[in-house]
Amino acid sequence: MGNTSSMLTQYDIEEVQQHCNGAFSQQEIVSLYQRFFQLDRKGGGFISAEEFLSVPEFAVNPLSQRLLRMLDGLNFKEFVAFLSAFSPRACLQQKIEFIFRVYDSDCNGKVTYSDVLNILRDLTGQFISEQQREVG
Amino acid sequence: MPWRETRKQMGGWPSCFGLRGEETEQVWRKRGRDSDTKPPKKPSKSRRKRIQFAENEEDDEALKMSTTGTLKPSSSELDLDRPNIEDYLPSGSSIQQEPDGKLRLRDLLDISPTLTEAAGAIVDDSFTRCFKSNSPEPWNWNIYLFPLWCFGVVFRYFILFPLRVIVLTLGWIIFLSSYIPVHFLLKGHEKLRRKLERLLVELICSFFVASWTGVVKYHGPRPSMRPNQVFVANHTSMIDFIILEQMTAFSVIMQKHAGWVGLLQSTILESVGCIWFNRTESKDREIVARKLREHVQGADNPLLIFPEGTCVNNHYTVMFKKGAFELGCSVCPIAIKYNKIFVDAFWNSRKQSFTKHLLQLMTSWAVVCDVWYLEPQNLKPGETPIEFAERVRDIISARAGLKKVPWDGYLKHSRPSPKHRERKQQSFADSVLRRLEEK
Repeated sequence: MGNTSSMLTQYDIEEVQQHCNGAFSQQEIVSLYQRFFQLDRKGGGFISAEEFLSVPEFAVNPLSQRLLRMLDGLNFKEFVAFLSAFSPRACLQQKIEFIFRVYDSDCNGKVTYSDVLNILRDLTGQFISEQQREVG
Repeated sequence: MPWRETRKQMGGWPSCFGLRGEETEQVWRKRGRDSDTKPPKKPSKSRRKRIQFAENEEDDEALKMSTTGTLKPSSSELDLDRPNIEDYLPSGSSIQQEPDGKLRLRDLLDISPTLTEAAGAIVDDSFTRCFKSNSPEPWNWNIYLFPLWCFGVVFRYFILFPLRVIVLTLGWIIFLSSYIPVHFLLKGHEKLRRKLERLLVELICSFFVASWTGVVKYHGPRPSMRPNQVFVANHTSMIDFIILEQMTAFSVIMQKHAGWVGLLQSTILESVGCIWFNRTESKDREIVARKLREHVQGADNPLLIFPEGTCVNNHYTVMFKKGAFELGCSVCPIAIKYNKIFVDAFWNSRKQSFTKHLLQLMTSWAVVCDVWYLEPQNLKPGETPIEFAERVRDIISARAGLKKVPWDGYLKHSRPSPKHRERKQQSFADSVLRRLEEK
């Protein structure tokens, strides 16, 4: 892996920082950039679902499919914006918004009872019956 | 000065963003540890669960799960990777605490631990780290250092490299001119022919090592030619085999390659008695297991196995395959550690062909490594082969200063089986159900 931080200028970094509302410091953005290129093996400027799934720790996560839907085709700026909810500098509101977006799989702005059931189904797989889920 | 590695856990921990993998300790100190470099991804109320996977085969007994930290600190290593991440961990939340009391809607809705794990995996994961080739720090960025470096390049490529090629060619000539007569003329005298062929294989391996200016230090008692033993070593590159073969004519189990390497494998390595396998064949495993057993009981030269199954970058070890550990014989571990300063010996088979890798080695200054022959281990009563494999991996990693990673090396080529995800789902479901009943 070469020295990719030389490809990011100060302007680029600041632009990305603005896009994610200052959730990451400049060094963090540089590291994320290197990671982005490490994952993006085909060099298309975005990470495909296949490339995400090649990280075994991500592939075994029960919510990986949902996250993949949100992550598909993101370029670097959007990638950083996506991850900004996980930064300790992000406020609680942002984190809750993120969780809401994960729940809201049909992207209609509302989380309904069936959305909640769907998430629970993802998390527990076939180890819990429908009724038990509803009771819960 | 060794950087003490004091992380309790590894793998999947969000990497400290401020560092590139290659930075040295001094540069890190200069930068200072300010708050910028804290791992930024955890929502404040997250809990982390560490699950260790041990998938060696499709059977269920291969799955092991523990919710505590998976790795012991390895203090003998110069850790160029990350600083002391312990500083950044939220206190006391490294072990999944079973939530007590009534099942509240909030607990069901709180998916932040799972999300955090996913984001952690996206940002940095232990598996990709194992196969990252670390290019050496460039030091030629200065007006007076650059000519020095240029001089070094010229010396390496135009003086050392031709010399080495000459040495290697000479070696091959000597080898072939002795091997071919021995092979054909001594057809009747099997024992003598075997002995001579093995000596010749050791000779050509020494020539190979000389052609990279290999400085290999062997520690520990040399392997003895006894039956009922098997040697295992960690794997960084195909040259591991050459370095070990130089000392003892092991028989080896290898993946059959294409090209000139495959040609060498089928002709010369036959004399030391080799077993071939094909990673992509699923039925292959039983055939190979049988061949292994036959060899251990029958042949007179010991077998060398690389239980990781793939090349790893000499900073980590991936899970060992249990095939070598259920043969019912004693297992002698060998630890190999290369010195990065001279050349990075990791063969990243995704990035380079073996020929390119060899050329890279031949145009570097030297290949410096340490080989430790460790004490033979036996299966303890009541120990399963997988536990045995893990124990031997502990020994090798501790000796060579490598970090252990709970992944199967074959995940390089395939996806993890859905069983792992189901395990996670099952544990979550169980905890939910249990608390439902407590209501």
